[in-house]
Amino acid sequence: MSNGRRAYQIVINIILILVALVMILPLVLLFMSSITDENILITNGYSFFPEKFSLYAYRYILQNYMTIFRAYGITILATLIGTTGSIVLVTMLAYPLSLKELPGKRFFNFYVLFTMLFNGGLVPSYIMWTNTFHIKNTIWAYIFPNLLLGAFNIILARTYFKSSIPEDIYEAAKIDGASYMKIYWKMVLPLGKPIIVTVGLFTGLHYWNDWTNGLYYINKSEMLSIQALLNRMILDIQALNANAGSASGTDVLAIPQVSIRMAISFVAVLPILVVFPFLQKYFASGIMLGAVKG
Amino acid sequence: MKRVGRVQKWVQFLPLYLMMLPGLAYLFINNYIPMAGIVVAFKKYNVNDGIFRSPWSGFENFEYLFSTSDAAVIIRNTLLYNVAFIIINMVIGVTLAIFITDVTNKGLQKLYQSSILLPYLISIVVVSYIVFALLSHENGMLNNSLLPLFGKEPVQWYLEEGPWPVILIVTNCWKGVGYGTLIYIAGIAGIDKAFYEAAELDGASKWQQITRITLPCLIPSIVTLLILHIGKIFYSDFGLFYQVPQNSGAIYNVTNTIDTYVYRALMAAGGIGRSAAAGIIQSVVGFVLVMVSNLVVRRISSENAIF
Repeated sequence: MSNGRRAYQIVINIILILVALVMILPLVLLFMSSITDENILITNGYSFFPEKFSLYAYRYILQNYMTIFRAYGITILATLIGTTGSIVLVTMLAYPLSLKELPGKRFFNFYVLFTMLFNGGLVPSYIMWTNTFHIKNTIWAYIFPNLLLGAFNIILARTYFKSSIPEDIYEAAKIDGASYMKIYWKMVLPLGKPIIVTVGLFTGLHYWNDWTNGLYYINKSEMLSIQALLNRMILDIQALNANAGSASGTDVLAIPQVSIRMAISFVAVLPILVVFPFLQKYFASGIMLGAVKG
Repeated sequence: MKRVGRVQKWVQFLPLYLMMLPGLAYLFINNYIPMAGIVVAFKKYNVNDGIFRSPWSGFENFEYLFSTSDAAVIIRNTLLYNVAFIIINMVIGVTLAIFITDVTNKGLQKLYQSSILLPYLISIVVVSYIVFALLSHENGMLNNSLLPLFGKEPVQWYLEEGPWPVILIVTNCWKGVGYGTLIYIAGIAGIDKAFYEAAELDGASKWQQITRITLPCLIPSIVTLLILHIGKIFYSDFGLFYQVPQNSGAIYNVTNTIDTYVYRALMAAGGIGRSAAAGIIQSVVGFVLVMVSNLVVRRISSENAIF
């Protein structure tokens, strides 16, 4: 390795290490803030190196577990139902669209694509979901509006089915007398696993992180998801014990106003941090897959 | 005979149509019905009559929207922030992608790639808390630890307009740059290694290799992303502009975009008309921009066109 090259390696590695720190340190700050003693926080502010640690915020969460557990439960439920539903809908729509012989294919493709080009905006959607479908303050408010099925995922899956599953396989199956349903079930789903993982992962991420549906359609505190709860807490820390007071009877712990926000935030990102190392290659390949044909 | 054939064909494809039905129905409800609902922008809406039976009001909602300075401010903010985001994320994204692919140590390379992707996965609500940990007037790290270090007075961050363009651009870059970087990395990975070997033999410097080989070969990826973003230039990340500034009224002037305006107007008493009016402008201009930008791309290189 020449001197110039070695110098170049050193320079880019130093730059990239700094970049990596910039990316990771804010999350470390979030965590450190959540385990800092409340009084230290009030006098010294949030910091990477607190003078005194305390798990009070987490103890508070555990004592008032009803609020957090319920919010977590709602998020998990919405994520599971939404992601599963999305995978079913996406694959069932994308598979027929990927077939050359489907009559009316052009129309259906346009029907899907047009939803990407134009939308009615928030106001008509809001009126429809609340007045016609009455999803306000139900679990469906987290599942139905916008997140369940997007044109992008349909096009992604359609392209994958078309280009990555050899046509000969379909032909052979058809000659053997397999029905379309059977081909979908026995071949498209197993062979399309990479795209299903990608679509599922990104849909799941969107469900887990979504707070807008909670903002628009939920105003009962016992129906808040974890993100919606965090959102509510920005302005009103009392949202936390809006429904906890009666449940725990003799409330003893006072809300640690300053650290609790960070503790709940950390609890909300924890699942992502835990699964990230295992799934990051799927996220990366998913993004790259989307770039090939948007 | 022919008729029988057609019926048979139809019966043959029926299962496929049935499979498609749930998805098509969802898109009809979630996407197409609200499209018809945009007439609400031309109505004097009241809840009892619903969208379609409320009385018409012509362009009253639009006149109201444009009678205030709001319209100009939200359009200016939406456009300028998007332009800044596009340019900055692209320059930094391409640079990082070149650096990361050049790293010879595979373990480190993976680490860098993962770390820039991490913020992309975190919800904007949590991001707003992290920003709050830095900027909070009483407890923020900047006011408590960093500014005193330089002998500066604490700043009321959430009340001062000045710093917000920078704060929002940095936050957006932090959260979003990983996405573009990965796409550029994929683009670089697709470049034929023979180019570099030949350049090496000819004694080309690293800089020459970047400007003469890497960047030109990346143009398709750059154009694709650019088109996607230009098509969305009238849309803004609601969370970034609503959550991160904590909906602070004192800085609306530099944080209010079309999306935050639509939401706030919708939630304000009697604001539904101007909310819908702002929404329809966004949809229509957005639609025109997608069509135009796609048309332009199709002229330049048809394989990069979205449709």
